[in-house]
Amino acid sequence: MSGNMNLTLKVWRQKNKDDRGKFETYPVQHISPDMSFLEMFDVLNERLINEGKDPVAFDHDCREGICGMCSMFINGRPHGPLQGVTTCQLHMRSFKNGDTIVVEPWRASAFPVIKDLAVDRSAFDRIISAGGFISVNTGNAQDANSIPIPKDDADAAFAAATCIGCGACVAACKNASAMLFVSAKVSQFALLPQGQAERQERVLNMVAQMDAEGFGSCTNTGACEAECPKGISLSNIARMNRDYIGAQLSVQKA
Amino acid sequence: MSWLTRMFSSTIGQKLIVALTGLFLCTFLVVHMTGNLQLFKDDHGMSFNMYSVFMTTNPLIKTVSYILYFSILFHAFKGLHLAYKNMKARPVGYAVVNGKANSHWTSRYMGILGTIILVFIVVHMNDFWAEYKFGHIPYVQYTENLESGEITAKPYADEAGNPKSIANKAEETIVSINGVDHKITITKDLYAEVAETFKNPLLVALYLISMFAIGFHLYHGFQSGFQTLGLNHPRYNPAIQFLSTWVFAIIIPAGFAAMPLYFLLIK
Ligand code: HEM
Ligand code: SF4
Ligand code: FES
Repeated sequence: MSGNMNLTLKVWRQKNKDDRGKFETYPVQHISPDMSFLEMFDVLNERLINEGKDPVAFDHDCREGICGMCSMFINGRPHGPLQGVTTCQLHMRSFKNGDTIVVEPWRASAFPVIKDLAVDRSAFDRIISAGGFISVNTGNAQDANSIPIPKDDADAAFAAATCIGCGACVAACKNASAMLFVSAKVSQFALLPQGQAERQERVLNMVAQMDAEGFGSCTNTGACEAECPKGISLSNIARMNRDYIGAQLSVQKA
Repeated sequence: MSWLTRMFSSTIGQKLIVALTGLFLCTFLVVHMTGNLQLFKDDHGMSFNMYSVFMTTNPLIKTVSYILYFSILFHAFKGLHLAYKNMKARPVGYAVVNGKANSHWTSRYMGILGTIILVFIVVHMNDFWAEYKFGHIPYVQYTENLESGEITAKPYADEAGNPKSIANKAEETIVSINGVDHKITITKDLYAEVAETFKNPLLVALYLISMFAIGFHLYHGFQSGFQTLGLNHPRYNPAIQFLSTWVFAIIIPAGFAAMPLYFLLIK
């Protein structure tokens, strides 16, 4: 086929969390520009399996940019060279024939490598368990129109709620800070009436868990916002800072 | 643990300290720069020297200056401590990082820029602040003709020509010379000390490098401080960004940098 590419992949291989790991170089041939980045890895893995070798482990699920599982650090940027795109939605037409592509896992002490390119992001789950929810008693759903919500607030809450928890913000941040993720999860409730009851407790507990997981602190570099596939805004971090400081100063519990 | 220690041991609480002290230091820079513009006045340094006396003796300024010393230490300590912890949050680094694709370099080198500023502050305070307070700065005697406004200056010396010192930092008396009132002012001559110090090209080079460091530190730092405080809104973000760039990254460092250059090249 014409227009197909030959590329060189430098991929991080690491047997398990305790292995030191190293780069392996793999030439890949006849890659169609219409393939996704993950499909290229499927091609490579099929070959490795045929050769009796261990395929490259990487996370993926939906492959349509909504689940947040895919997580590759490509040529120095999470999810590769495009903006607003996950690795699964990155296509090989973003590369040129003959390119060398360096692929690494997310790097953070809070995201230990499980194998190769797959990292353990359960730290995010524990932050959500610490308060990233609203408590609802079961029963009939309330009539939607009984809770008026200004359109601007609803839009901002919805924008925050588009975070897919991929962790690219942590991967991009020079401090491995999780502030963009946590602030999105705090904001989606802070902006809505349903989130008010637990608003102060939520931000206090989620930030405490974020710190306990060993993520770095925020120096407002903006790398997270620039690399976030969902365009989560830095204004969420400002809102979380406000809420956190306000809650520390005014929460009812001593 | 009380809520206060809990708050200030969290990452957000610690950043709050860095931001509050950093923004306080920014207000100090405005005062320090505008005050020092008096170095450019062509009056043998009289207004600058009188300003120095005011700044070291006024009780309110004295109190604020202790808050200032404390802020510098706390800001530097907390900033570097956080920078160290942030490095530990990524124990295994990337082989390839394309930082410029997603952030401005100033935001990634705040610790290094800050360290240059810290070295500068130590040298600077040793040159002038310690010299003024504990060193041997000569006294100068100004004679100001209160009718014509003309000012003359001479070293304040005894009959044998040896430098003299006075207990107070400034003495003012009105005398009549040939029927015209003159104001005689005797004060420590920090101006001469400044002029002398800035004759050293190496030191001037250090000052210039440091002013670049301050400019870059504040190009990111000033607006970053507001974000840390949670103040981010399309209504006033442009104003903060404007101040960050024009006042704190350009005008203030340029004003400071002009002072050593003036004494090295012009005076
Ligand atoms: C005139 C002197 C200084 C001024 C006006 C100043 C101002 C600021 C401001 C406004 C910030 C932003 C705070 C924030 O992002 O919340 C900042 C951050 C920072 N400063 Fe300074 N600073 C000065 C000196 C220093 C010194 C001497 C050091 C260290 C040796 C230092 C190290 C840092 C670091 C590491 C940060 C980044 C902290 C962070 O963003 O988490 N600064 N500074
Ligand atoms: S904020 Fe963006 S980059 Fe971070 S986890 Fe959510 S979607 Fe991914
Ligand atoms: S695999 Fe689901 S977002 Fe990429």
